[in-house]
Amino acid sequence: MTLTANKVALSEKYTELFHANRSLLDEGSSDLLNRMREIAIKRFEKVGIPGFKNENYKYTNLERVFGKSFRHLLEYQPVDVDLNEAFRCDVPQLDTDVVLLVNGWYYAKNQPLNNLPKGVVVGSLKQVANEQPELVKDYLNRQAGLSDDPIVALNTAFAQDGFFMYVPDQVVVEKPIQVINLMRAEEPVFATQRNLIIAGKNSQAKVIFCDHTMNPVDFLTNSVTEVFVGQDAVLDIYTIQNQNNQANSVNSSFFRQEANSNLLSSVATLHGGLIRNNLKVEMAGEHAEANLYGMSFTDKNQHVDNFTNIEHAVPNCLSNQVYKNVLDEDSVGAFTGRIHVVRDAQKTNAFQRNNNVLLTDSAKMNTKPQLIIDADDVKCSHGATIGQIDEEALFYLRARCIGEADARMMLMNAFAHEVVQNIRVEPLRDRIDELVEKRLRGELARCHACDKN
Amino acid sequence: MEEQDKILHEVTSQEYKFGFVSDFESESIPKGLNEDVIRVISAKKNEPEFMLQFRLDAYRKWLEMPMPDWAYLKIPPIDFQDIIYYSAPKTKPQYESLDEVDPDLIETFNKLGIPLEEQKVLAGVAVDAVIDSVSVKTTFKETLAEKGIIFCSFSEAVQEHPDLIKKYLGMAVPTSDNFFAALNSAVFSDGSFCYIPKGVRCPMELSTYFRINAAGTGQFERTLIVAEDESYVSYLEGCTAPMRDENQLHAAVVEIIALDRAEVKYSTVQNWYPGNKEGKGGVYNFVTKRGICRGVSSKISWTQVETGSAITWKYPSCILMGDNSVGEFNSVAVTNNHQQADTGTKMVHIGKNTKSTIISKGISAGVSNNAYRGLVKVLPGAVNSRNFSQCDSLLLGSTCGAHTFPYIEVGNKSSVVEHEATTSKIGEDQIFYCNQRGISTEDAIGMIVNGYAKEVLNKLPMEFAVEAQKLLAISLEGSVG
Repeated sequence: MTLTANKVALSEKYTELFHANRSLLDEGSSDLLNRMREIAIKRFEKVGIPGFKNENYKYTNLERVFGKSFRHLLEYQPVDVDLNEAFRCDVPQLDTDVVLLVNGWYYAKNQPLNNLPKGVVVGSLKQVANEQPELVKDYLNRQAGLSDDPIVALNTAFAQDGFFMYVPDQVVVEKPIQVINLMRAEEPVFATQRNLIIAGKNSQAKVIFCDHTMNPVDFLTNSVTEVFVGQDAVLDIYTIQNQNNQANSVNSSFFRQEANSNLLSSVATLHGGLIRNNLKVEMAGEHAEANLYGMSFTDKNQHVDNFTNIEHAVPNCLSNQVYKNVLDEDSVGAFTGRIHVVRDAQKTNAFQRNNNVLLTDSAKMNTKPQLIIDADDVKCSHGATIGQIDEEALFYLRARCIGEADARMMLMNAFAHEVVQNIRVEPLRDRIDELVEKRLRGELARCHACDKN
Repeated sequence: MEEQDKILHEVTSQEYKFGFVSDFESESIPKGLNEDVIRVISAKKNEPEFMLQFRLDAYRKWLEMPMPDWAYLKIPPIDFQDIIYYSAPKTKPQYESLDEVDPDLIETFNKLGIPLEEQKVLAGVAVDAVIDSVSVKTTFKETLAEKGIIFCSFSEAVQEHPDLIKKYLGMAVPTSDNFFAALNSAVFSDGSFCYIPKGVRCPMELSTYFRINAAGTGQFERTLIVAEDESYVSYLEGCTAPMRDENQLHAAVVEIIALDRAEVKYSTVQNWYPGNKEGKGGVYNFVTKRGICRGVSSKISWTQVETGSAITWKYPSCILMGDNSVGEFNSVAVTNNHQQADTGTKMVHIGKNTKSTIISKGISAGVSNNAYRGLVKVLPGAVNSRNFSQCDSLLLGSTCGAHTFPYIEVGNKSSVVEHEATTSKIGEDQIFYCNQRGISTEDAIGMIVNGYAKEVLNKLPMEFAVEAQKLLAISLEGSVG
């Protein structure tokens, strides 16, 4: 019974925090954000912080991280140094437009992006919601609001700012937008970040999210990203998670795809503490295609959980998922992938693969691929493996005078490369390949271009 | 226990092949469940004190458990007080020869296709038939006894071999295991017990036939199989029930204990009444089956063909404790009309070098839902373990559902676990190919389905395989177009 009591106390901590700071949350925020808070906190209260008894969080107990004490950042904290100078995260050979976010807030001194194509809006969600509510109102919380995840509801209750991007119909944004999420604080903090990306009909864009920490303290980020991919649009979302090993985060992404749209989402998790990535894709228009990739490289006490849910609501769509994990030392990995083909969503093709390599006896991997199929004319499959590097392949290489360490490295690189090769921006692909190799060698503390932090 | 509390049931049978009701006299206790009912059951069976304690302990645990709701099933609320927990053919099942058996009972077995005497000569299968929870006839007992094999009804075993029962009962499925296992432990009335001594290879297949006959009853039987070192047994289980508009509950427990280098092969053809086309009636089949490979290099294999039951909730599992032990699960599950099935297996790897294989073939038709749910768990100490799982689903028609929920948990670096699952329908090109050669669409589907399930059917003993193939064809009748 004590467990239940703890759980109630934990949830109350967050609801009380909400009620005590209600006016602070509302102040300066658009009515669009404020009016959804009440329902969201009620939804959160119903379930509370999910523990391992919650089927969706079976392999990731959030009570542990949410139970720690954090300072809650309920308003923008000015930063004393110029982060554009203090922090760099370049991708060689790749010209990007950089947007900085600090602790979930749009950084006040961001360089203005002047060369964006006409009509494209990139900026702070808070600011856009206040100044151009017509851009936001049809999209905000339209997907996240349908989720029954209490952590998403908690985000909605506390959401104030985050990254916003709008690409009008027929517009192609050639230059990738790089969003750098920096966590910077002297003491443990809890941040809430809310992102919204809207790609209009027949538009194209690429967004790269880089998650970093600047100080070696505990962080907890609760981030929700809603993405709307319009008819015939092509959208790439790349995420590189490379935070310190005390930085915990729950990242929930919601994608809605209209007809003939093409989505690519790729997540690379290099360093971090407890990381949970929720990814929901709704196929709302026929002939939409989604390619979802993920890889994680973990060691020490890292914990990475990828949770995907692909909803095929209409016929003739394609989804393809490949998730790979390499687990070293005492790390724990989890993967849950659900493919749901609703009744009459005929001619659906849905594939899913999850491959994992365990390098030590103390590492642990849990995987839960699921198919829920209610239509008959479909091709759906999933495969999951947990194992180690193929001894025969290793022998083959060693027989050709390649040292064991090098041979292992080659095989691991090849293992990861299957995910990396799907990245559609060449310089970024090379960069991630390089990062992965360094990570596998244990040489990567942080991206080498980020030396100054 | 002659005249008291008796209820005679006379219900006219309907057209379903096994849907008849035999009107031999049976003896029941009133509906409802409480500690007194359990005491009555225990007393009727003249059980020793430890059995009563086992039952009461289970009942008290059951009271505190919630009904499981995690399966992908829609289970209507069950009133556990509206069930008769004990019903037995009235005539005492102690026969010296078949002539003494109630002729109605013999007729029942003949209808079921188990001619007890003939089988003795022709098939060489020893049969233990359980009707409404009470074992009525065990054939071939003497032949088996010569080898030291004990094969008898559970109540007989309680009387004659209490030490063995005390030692092994609840070893694989403890009373607190789950809601239905606890209920079974509290109220089970009979079942089969099988003990294979050290070094003995059972010369024939052992078989139990289960039958629910009386109305308003639940069937709660318990099977316990103990295979001593270096022994081998192949065990078959079949079941049918009359057609009734009401839903009947069947909550059985099967426990298998395999010691060093022993091998147990357990095959089931489950054909409880599935309800009519509108989904009315049918048996709720909530079964806990588990085997423990306690000894080194022991092996337990489950083979099941599931065609009946309105709702199936069943996960035959293997706990691989001994080093080098092997677990196998082969399943064909067919659902049609309004049937629902959530079935699969658990393979828990504890010993070193343990291996498990899972082959599951689901076939859904009508408006049914068929789910595979499985767990493969490799504990840190189970080094060099190996699992391969394959779960295929076949959908016949656009209104049915096929679902897969595997759980894989691996805790060491030297084990390899592979899982793959596919879902598809019968290809139009395959049907066209058959049509072209003068095979009707219905026959073609039957052929393709049988071919699809062959991998599992091949694992069944001969006479069961034939029965299973026929069942597959019957179950899918009318599901085309």
